[in-house]
Amino acid sequence: MAIFLTKESKVIVQGMTGSEGQKHTKRMLASGTNIVGGVNPRKAGQVVDFDGTEIPVFGSVADAIEKTGADVTVIFVPEKFTKDAVVEAIDAEIPLAVVITEGIAVHDTAGFWAHAQAKGNKTRIIGPNCPGLITPGQSNAGIIPADITKPGRIGLVSKSGTLTYQMMYELRDIGFSSCVGIGGDPIIGTTHIDALAAFQDDPDTDLIVMIGEIGGDAEERAADFIKANVTKPVVGYVAGFTAPEGKTMGHAGAIVSGSSGTAQAKKEALEAAGVKVGKTPTETAKLAREILAG
Amino acid sequence: MDLFEYQARDLFAKHGVPVLAGEVIDTPEGAREITERLGGKSVVKAQVKVGGRGKAGGVKLAATPDEAVARATDILGMDIKGHTVHKVMIAETAPEIVEEYYVSYLLDRTNRTFLAMASVAGGMDIEEVAATTPEKLAKIPVDSNTGVSKEKAQEIVAAAQFPAEVADQVADVLVTLWDVFVKEDALLVEVNPLAKVASGDVLALDGKVSLDANAEFRHPEFEEFEDKAAANPLEAAAKAKGLNYVKLDGEVGIIGNGAGLVMSTLDVVAYAGEAHQGVKPANFLDIGGGASAEVMANGLEIILGDPDVRSVFVNVFGGITACDAVANGIVQALELLASKGEEVTKPLVVRLDGNNAELGRKILNDANHPLVQQVDTMDGAADKAAELAAAAK
Repeated sequence: MAIFLTKESKVIVQGMTGSEGQKHTKRMLASGTNIVGGVNPRKAGQVVDFDGTEIPVFGSVADAIEKTGADVTVIFVPEKFTKDAVVEAIDAEIPLAVVITEGIAVHDTAGFWAHAQAKGNKTRIIGPNCPGLITPGQSNAGIIPADITKPGRIGLVSKSGTLTYQMMYELRDIGFSSCVGIGGDPIIGTTHIDALAAFQDDPDTDLIVMIGEIGGDAEERAADFIKANVTKPVVGYVAGFTAPEGKTMGHAGAIVSGSSGTAQAKKEALEAAGVKVGKTPTETAKLAREILAG
Repeated sequence: MDLFEYQARDLFAKHGVPVLAGEVIDTPEGAREITERLGGKSVVKAQVKVGGRGKAGGVKLAATPDEAVARATDILGMDIKGHTVHKVMIAETAPEIVEEYYVSYLLDRTNRTFLAMASVAGGMDIEEVAATTPEKLAKIPVDSNTGVSKEKAQEIVAAAQFPAEVADQVADVLVTLWDVFVKEDALLVEVNPLAKVASGDVLALDGKVSLDANAEFRHPEFEEFEDKAAANPLEAAAKAKGLNYVKLDGEVGIIGNGAGLVMSTLDVVAYAGEAHQGVKPANFLDIGGGASAEVMANGLEIILGDPDVRSVFVNVFGGITACDAVANGIVQALELLASKGEEVTKPLVVRLDGNNAELGRKILNDANHPLVQQVDTMDGAADKAAELAAAAK
């Protein structure tokens, strides 16, 4: 078991023939992902060779699903075309769409999110502006390096890509059930709460590490959810204590507005929900180790 | 990206939101001609991105063209809550105001949608209205894909209980304001006050617009909205080089890859600084994935050019990025700066982990640069960088 992604997942790549798409399709294949096709209407019918593995290109997501039974799409198309690509995935009712592209306008994300709701929420969206997710030893949908860690019993959910890698590295000897990068944009599909709920129900996850950062109130709401619904131990980390008010810190959503969205408030909310929160990534990893050691 | 009032006014006018005439100037002389054109009197309004400018003396009536020049002279160069006034708007004087309302559209992150807010208690700080009389502030979700039609606007008007005699006009304003919000890719559009004047007309007398920098790919004109006069020179130089940089007020220069890791690095340095004379991070700088020698050199050049910086902490976790490439980048960057005749005197602490870290560390060891030292852990490296910054204070 794992969450959202397993070795049974059949993955297609929208934007597979672009430079980022090609580079990461190759990496995903190397880490054992079952990639069954790419999507590009202008290159439908072609086959792309990735070091001896031939991957067919389909004209649409719907066609790819019909021919291959794909149930996951990873989206690398440029920001100008991302909204259309996600809408196409939603219309084809693919169960999981992982949107890697960064720099998407908020009106575009709000648009595809509203479309997903209007279509009955049949597609789980992860991202945008995220590294994707990995179930070590089974499948890798996105750009997370597969060689940092191994299969294990920690679940990880994080707004930040490099902090995801850092935490996987800190706890590499213990291993992870699944690691999900949800992205740092103001509007995202899958939230901390969605991942927490899935890890709570996953029999192969014993402990959850949750990484947040300044901006919005996702961590505070996750804290409320943990209090009411999560019985597994949760360890937390929040980045951005030193971020000044009103400045965007790299991620479009990472901004303290007035007194809202501060790291301090998020830390306090998580601690009030019984979550142990580390001061640094290393200390956070240490807290996880202590809990697992009993 | 927050706009000035005059820029917001121009966008309102472009999409048909009713506004008063007004023009912006940065020297007082122009005030005369504009005031003459406006019929001999005007309001001189400081253009600053901060509230409370009226109380601070940044908004003055001028009864004659000469008086407009005098008031513009007074206001230009004024300091309002730490913001220097570089521009004033010479605006048409408002007809007698009968009532003041509030309307806005904004992003609702929590509910992943947009929100219309409206109130008949306008003209004051809306956060105060929300806190003291929340029943006077209507909040209506707006679906991104269906937007604000006349019917939706009427729903908002009804929820906020606007008086019947202005209901239709306010609804029209809401429809046109939605156009501003969507077509300009705004994160916030706000009219405060939306005023009912003696003639019965409804006018947007002041407004705020904040634009989504991520939408610049379809708005080349966004570049003109950048407030170059107010930008920190280091931030401006970094932006020109395509670097994601924010100037802070500490002494330890920071370079890292990935927004989250860099934010975390700032925090870890600040904690480490508690034991080293309270030194703090001097900046946020995310060099992103890839991190070629050129990007590293650009980043180092900006940071070493900051007179506040006493030491530099390069914190990289190689995910996609290979640490040997980063190490080569650091070595080449130092060579590049030396060849430009820029003497590097500040110590660099480097922590490399992840993809090809061993190889990266070896490259730095072999280069044996006198100012570069490596520490294997993030916390340890932060402590060393803070110690060096404190020692150089």
